[in-house]
Amino acid sequence: MSEDEKRFDVVSHNLPKVDGEALARGRRVFLDDIENSPELVAGILTSPLAHAEIVDIDTSRAEKLPGVESILHYGNVPRVPHTTAGQGYPEPSPYDAYIFDNRVRFVGDRVAAVAGTSWQAVQEGLEAIEVEYNELEPILDPARSRESNVQIHPEEDASGIYDSDRNIAAHVDIEVGDPKRALDEAEVVVTQKCKTQFAQHTPIEPHVATAHLDEYDRLIIRTSTQVPFHVRRIVSQVVGVPIKKIRVIKPRVGGAFGVKQEILLEDLVSLFALRTGKKVKMRYTREEEFVSSRTRHPMEVEVRLGADKEGRLTGITMEALSNTGGYGTHSLTVLSNVGSKTLPLYNEAPSVHFYGDAVYTNMPVPGAYRGYGAPQGYFALEVAMDQLAEAVGKDPIEVRKLNHIQEEETSPIFEKLGEGKEGTVQYIHSCKLDKCIDLGAEKIRWEERDAIKRNYKTEDKARGFGISINMQGSGIPLVDLAAARLKLNEDGSFNLFVGATDLGTGSDTVLAQIAAETLGVDLDQVVVYSSDTDFTPFDSGAYASSTTYVSGNAVKKVAEDVKEQILELAANYYDLGPKDLDIAKGKLLTPAGSVDLSEMAIKTTSGEIELDQKQIEATASEVPAESPPPFAAHFVDLEVDKRTGEIEILKYVAAVDCGTAINPNLAEGQMEGAIVNGIGYALTEEMEFSDTGEMTNPSFFDYKIPNTEDIPEIEVILVESDEPTGPHGAKSVGEIGIDGAIPAISNAVRDATGIVLTESPFTPEKVWKKLNEGK
Amino acid sequence: MNITIEINDEDKEFQVKPGEILLDLLRREGYTSVKEGCKAGDCGACMVLVNGRAMTSCTLYAAQVDGKRITTLEGLNDELADSLRQEFLDVGAIQCGFCIPGVLISSYSLLTHNPNPTEGEIKAALDGNLCRCTGYIKQIEAIKNVARDLEGGNNERRREKI
Repeated sequence: MSEDEKRFDVVSHNLPKVDGEALARGRRVFLDDIENSPELVAGILTSPLAHAEIVDIDTSRAEKLPGVESILHYGNVPRVPHTTAGQGYPEPSPYDAYIFDNRVRFVGDRVAAVAGTSWQAVQEGLEAIEVEYNELEPILDPARSRESNVQIHPEEDASGIYDSDRNIAAHVDIEVGDPKRALDEAEVVVTQKCKTQFAQHTPIEPHVATAHLDEYDRLIIRTSTQVPFHVRRIVSQVVGVPIKKIRVIKPRVGGAFGVKQEILLEDLVSLFALRTGKKVKMRYTREEEFVSSRTRHPMEVEVRLGADKEGRLTGITMEALSNTGGYGTHSLTVLSNVGSKTLPLYNEAPSVHFYGDAVYTNMPVPGAYRGYGAPQGYFALEVAMDQLAEAVGKDPIEVRKLNHIQEEETSPIFEKLGEGKEGTVQYIHSCKLDKCIDLGAEKIRWEERDAIKRNYKTEDKARGFGISINMQGSGIPLVDLAAARLKLNEDGSFNLFVGATDLGTGSDTVLAQIAAETLGVDLDQVVVYSSDTDFTPFDSGAYASSTTYVSGNAVKKVAEDVKEQILELAANYYDLGPKDLDIAKGKLLTPAGSVDLSEMAIKTTSGEIELDQKQIEATASEVPAESPPPFAAHFVDLEVDKRTGEIEILKYVAAVDCGTAINPNLAEGQMEGAIVNGIGYALTEEMEFSDTGEMTNPSFFDYKIPNTEDIPEIEVILVESDEPTGPHGAKSVGEIGIDGAIPAISNAVRDATGIVLTESPFTPEKVWKKLNEGK
Repeated sequence: MNITIEINDEDKEFQVKPGEILLDLLRREGYTSVKEGCKAGDCGACMVLVNGRAMTSCTLYAAQVDGKRITTLEGLNDELADSLRQEFLDVGAIQCGFCIPGVLISSYSLLTHNPNPTEGEIKAALDGNLCRCTGYIKQIEAIKNVARDLEGGNNERRREKI
């Protein structure tokens, strides 16, 4: 039993997920199962061209087909500029999207949609729509896009675009200290440019949504989403139905990773339901999920580090060029996070310059994806840190320890750069990064690496070790709002209502553990109901590593409130002071002994003498003032086959400080899943395109995500700290695990072979070419 | 055409359309533990046992299983299946759970045919089941634990958990 397990009764314990049994039995908890036979289904006609105007769209033939009930296109839907990004209002993303437009901006963009009585009728309807396009020059390269006179968003009703003449969706430029001088005067300067690819989230459950009108003509939307409250607001905005007439319900979600922070089907099912009066279901096929949903922003990031000859950083500049595809959803905030989630890590540098553009192209649309810009930033930054270590003749660990942020320290970046705007001042209250580094190094045998490499007697293969350290955040300070409601039942159990959205991460369980711990009851006394806009209070949604920290704090507050109410009532009843009483392990503790909580609970509803009869309940809100970063150190031990360029990871170790792990199994699971996702991003996953911008590998057969045969030995170490602002000491753990793989692998390959891999994914072809450059 | 399948120990007759795939038949008949993740045989979310062997139901025509024995997760209720479920829950091998029916079908098929698999054999048996949440680590651990219990004849521990 660990110290924390002794400290807590429910938190820090490996309790099975509250929804686990239903999932393990394959019960009907996913939307496609709940709505297995809707009245209508619908599909989307997508653009075969990367850039075109729609001159004419003729649906007359499709309308006459049997089974076709409704067709939507730009000519018959409202034109409302909006963003598909499910972000807090007012959204930091430009309003550059329309339900349908007379212009298409990437292969896979929406052209029309058909609802019909069967998938076959829908398919035939889609095929019978005739579209006349005026093809425009496609702009596929972001660097060219800025210089091109072809405009991707010329429409006058779009807003929030930084410079639409130059196709720049968003721009960031922040400076602290005097970075130019710092770099000019630095004793050592290293420059590193790295480039990342288009990658997809690939939740195993593709997007799915249904809508219908209930008996009172209210629009009921069920959707596999991360952001039910933002769905309600954005559907209201674009479809023109007031918020009070919309209810959004989230079922279990079959994986999301950011791609379900986007409103992609909800507007269409809503319009179809309003027009036909019938229940309509839409779901992406796997191919549509690849081509038409969202991806990760490909970027080129250049880092320059200035340091003294000891390796102490004096200045950092970071320039990012982000490809935001046809639409600017999340363009500004992901770009901001490239700097804001990376640069504070090395707060030793007094001078920092971060700047960049997110540029439109006629390519698929990136959006939110686990890590949210941090993986792209860390690639260049952490590869540069290894170059710096070599330049000053020090161990990569030593250089990092010399420069990284520590407890009670701050970074001016926290204030200068937030989510697309200024941030907030923040001091670090918990940071066990040094311990993460030390434990990780021990497990990977960092100190023995030279001997291991020396004794690795094979001419064809080279062995190498690499490190990357990272931080992330825990929610968006002074922007996010999470609320929770808790009520007592007469058997001493509680209903916990949260707007927070469990994507499969286990957040319903984590939040229930926080409530149970705070109340002093067992986990099975807390019944969670989450993410229903009619019945649960507001929550911004599951993104930005917010749920455990932000929603968790709301849950802790509401549980404290309810506990206080119970103790007050009990004190009245027993004629004691509230301080004479407590609740622990489901029992009400009185000076005279303990009674089951249910004995007091039943009295609250049954009107016994001298006890006020009332529903004990409360609602609490949380707006975080800070975003305490979790910290992690990733280590890789690998070999490179010099004949083929193939990289084989022999062992991967990651140590993470996520504060208190509310449920250690689930926290490890977040890390393990993110690490494997990161390894895929580093080695195999890449959306490939024809020279006309069409994705050529939109299937799991051709777009290679890791399977069981691809994973190395992985060891995750939870290095607990006690975050004073977090619920029971917790910080976040959802995203940080994906930040380390690319730089740690690149650094290990360099350690093995001397080549610096700067373009992900590190395919055998790329590695082999680098190995044989100049031969 | 009409086909007869023994499904989850029950003989059933179904009318199927030419070209109808088994996945679609099973889902329209209410066996919704069988998930659609790619409809191309790549992800394994739609796996069922066909005469005791794990197969993707999206790559089979319904007509191909005429006269065969099909088991979906709904029909897996013996001790081995319950042990697998319990172990998956205990070690935290389930996150979103969308892949889990297929993963459990593969795991069950593996342990039925090979009660004492090596880690390599576990990985090989599950290589057709894509999971994006867990990184597979805890799924493999859960299967190892069940196998260890099977090998040691340690049924008591499992019964306690059930």
